[in-house]
Amino acid sequence: MFGGWDAVVLARAQFAFTMSFHIVFPAFSIGLASFLAVLEALWLWTGREVFINLFNYWLKIFAVAFAMGVVSGIVMSYQFGTNWSAFADKTGPVLGPLMAYEVLTAFFLEAGFLGVMLFGLERVGHRLHFIATLMVATGTLISAFWILSANSWMQTPTGYAFNADGQFVAADWLKVIFNPSFPYRLVHMVLAAYLTTALVVGAVGAFHLLRDRHLAGPRVMFSMAMWMATLVAPIQILAGDQHGLDTLEHQPVKIMAMEGHFTSHPDGAPLILFGLPDQAAGKVKYAVEVPKLGSLVLKHSFDAPLAGLDTVPRENWPPVPITFWSFRIMVGMGFLMVGLGLLSLWARWRGTLYEFRLLHMFAVAMAPAGFIAVLAGWITTETGRQPFTVYGLLRTAESVSPLAAPAVASSLIAFVIVYFAVFSAGVIYILRMMAAPPHHGERGPSGITPAGAAGITAAASVAAGGAAR
Amino acid sequence: MTGIIDIATIWAFIIAFAVFVYVVMDGFDLGLGMLFPLFPKKTDRDVIMNSVAPVWDGNETWLVLGGGGMMAAFPLAYAVLMPALYTPVIAMLIGLIFRGVAFEFRGRTQNKQANRWDIAFAGGSLLATLAQGIALGAILQGVHVEGRHYAGGWWDWLTPFSILTGLALVVGYSLLGATWLVLKTEGELRDKAYHLSRFLLFAMLGAIGAVSIATPFLHIQYTQRWFTWPNMILTAPVPIAVAGVTVLLLRSLATKQDSQPFFLSLALFALSYAGLGISMYPYIVPQSITIWQAASPENSQIFMLFGVAVLVPLILGYTAWAYWVFRGKVRPESGYH
Repeated sequence: MFGGWDAVVLARAQFAFTMSFHIVFPAFSIGLASFLAVLEALWLWTGREVFINLFNYWLKIFAVAFAMGVVSGIVMSYQFGTNWSAFADKTGPVLGPLMAYEVLTAFFLEAGFLGVMLFGLERVGHRLHFIATLMVATGTLISAFWILSANSWMQTPTGYAFNADGQFVAADWLKVIFNPSFPYRLVHMVLAAYLTTALVVGAVGAFHLLRDRHLAGPRVMFSMAMWMATLVAPIQILAGDQHGLDTLEHQPVKIMAMEGHFTSHPDGAPLILFGLPDQAAGKVKYAVEVPKLGSLVLKHSFDAPLAGLDTVPRENWPPVPITFWSFRIMVGMGFLMVGLGLLSLWARWRGTLYEFRLLHMFAVAMAPAGFIAVLAGWITTETGRQPFTVYGLLRTAESVSPLAAPAVASSLIAFVIVYFAVFSAGVIYILRMMAAPPHHGERGPSGITPAGAAGITAAASVAAGGAAR
Repeated sequence: MTGIIDIATIWAFIIAFAVFVYVVMDGFDLGLGMLFPLFPKKTDRDVIMNSVAPVWDGNETWLVLGGGGMMAAFPLAYAVLMPALYTPVIAMLIGLIFRGVAFEFRGRTQNKQANRWDIAFAGGSLLATLAQGIALGAILQGVHVEGRHYAGGWWDWLTPFSILTGLALVVGYSLLGATWLVLKTEGELRDKAYHLSRFLLFAMLGAIGAVSIATPFLHIQYTQRWFTWPNMILTAPVPIAVAGVTVLLLRSLATKQDSQPFFLSLALFALSYAGLGISMYPYIVPQSITIWQAASPENSQIFMLFGVAVLVPLILGYTAWAYWVFRGKVRPESGYH
């Protein structure tokens, strides 16, 4: 199956595969944890039953998604050692502490409070339970902070030096953590997570509104999700543009690949809308392009010169076709999201938000758009920085473990089989839960009542400050 | 440099602590998975699951800290050991996937009679435990290092000794699982757990004995560490304490003190673990790489030490709170999902 492949390609395939599966779950659970915190806050504030029903409904889905995120995440944390040991040895002194801080400040926080969030509402009282929900939501965001800092350092390394063993060492921790691309990447990813969740929540709401537009739960969640799409999708496009300008400054070759700029344009580069980049020939075939618009977007001037890949040695070229196309898919999804947001705003203004079937169908169709955009965006940024793991400093081919190809091929096959078997089942369970609307008296995943605390009502345990018995 | 408490030594203890907390906390819930086939009744299985459902995720986080912390504090050791333990580590990860999702999935299937996620829970727990035990044995027997790389093959880990340590860990985790059930359950389920605990305790003593006898044959250094004067002042108390804990454990099993066997089993684990530490120190890759050779630059280790000093006590605090919230016996009528 992988006969002609070498260990580097196999290790890259394994990272791409396991990462693509993993990123889907955190992208969803970052947004969902915040959404749950908002729902619980609204419930505590207004006392309206619809909010606790929605909370419990999404909490069950969160539990399944979170479990899949945890187990696929453990794989990632060990893969640096198994397949990329040379990378781990060289970058461990810089990246290791960032990831250790992620574990200490985020993973433990999420895991420590998750049990109480899922099963503890009746045991600890409303206030402590809400704190637990907030801690889980905060944990997901702190986790994003550290892992994106680590990833961004690999893209735009600063604050480092080398020691006698050839390892990267930190010269200035603040410059390592707050490296040039980090703020942009963090904002872009967190907004992406929020949009991804909003589109799923909106799609589930729309799906049930198509069947019965009077259901309270679906109305509330659809309205909340559409506000999110309306407000955040345009902000995300601005954030993405800023991220792109930062990339142009620090990783111009990645931009050349994204834009398909094989040749330099001394007096204004075109914006290539579509085409087939040909890496070997060094040109974009059948290009549909708007003259000088590329320079306007990237340099904010029609005639600004832009260098192309012809100024870069070929051995430093990223795979252009993948970078070029995944970027267009991401941007396309972004504009569809803006379209959905605007359409919902128009429907809201006309007072037909819950009756406009075409809008609901559009929202249902957009359910996977966030995931597609997240994956396409990550593929853009990760293939665009090839052939390096630490940009400009450490080549991917020099990062791998000293392993024979059959070892890496076997583990890749094992992961492919296991991931499809396990995670497809999980997705089916989630879809099955989504297929039923949230109803009156919706129950959460709880129900455990060990003998010590049996019979304590929520009210009583609130009165006792959550420390009953 | 031996004898001086420097930052690399502190970090060796921190990593050892994280791994031990992992062994203690995930050990019993992996043990529950392996005992699953012995409890065919659905109500029993629900109780067993519910006794750890709120905490399993936190337990596994210690494994991520052990791995991530090692990459940060001892990157060379991480870079050498992970390829050396390639197959056991991959097998462990796959086992953990199956058993981890089983917590959420088994309540979601429509076919409640033959639940394939029960099989995933038991099989995944067994696979992960065997892999961890084998990895331990493979580390103890040493790996082939050249320069800064692992230089052996991808089956070097497989020896009779590593199989022995794999089986020993299966027995040990099962004992922790059985005594956890004694602590958390009632009635027939607990009585069965008592029987299992007694049997598993003897098996565990056999396993400790076998590994202790086999280890000195691996390297002359292990023999010298344990059986030469004056090292024996330090090493002799370990087997004596094992004997003492065993007596207490047998008594608590005989007099049915529900709250004791679990913690005494943990003490047995702590002693075995201390024994391993005595054998290995100051090597992190036995006989090849010491903790000082593998250590990160001091500024990396100090940067993290601040975080550990502040955050680990905090983590232990809220983890203890989560266990406290779900304290007491788990009853079958309180259905999960």
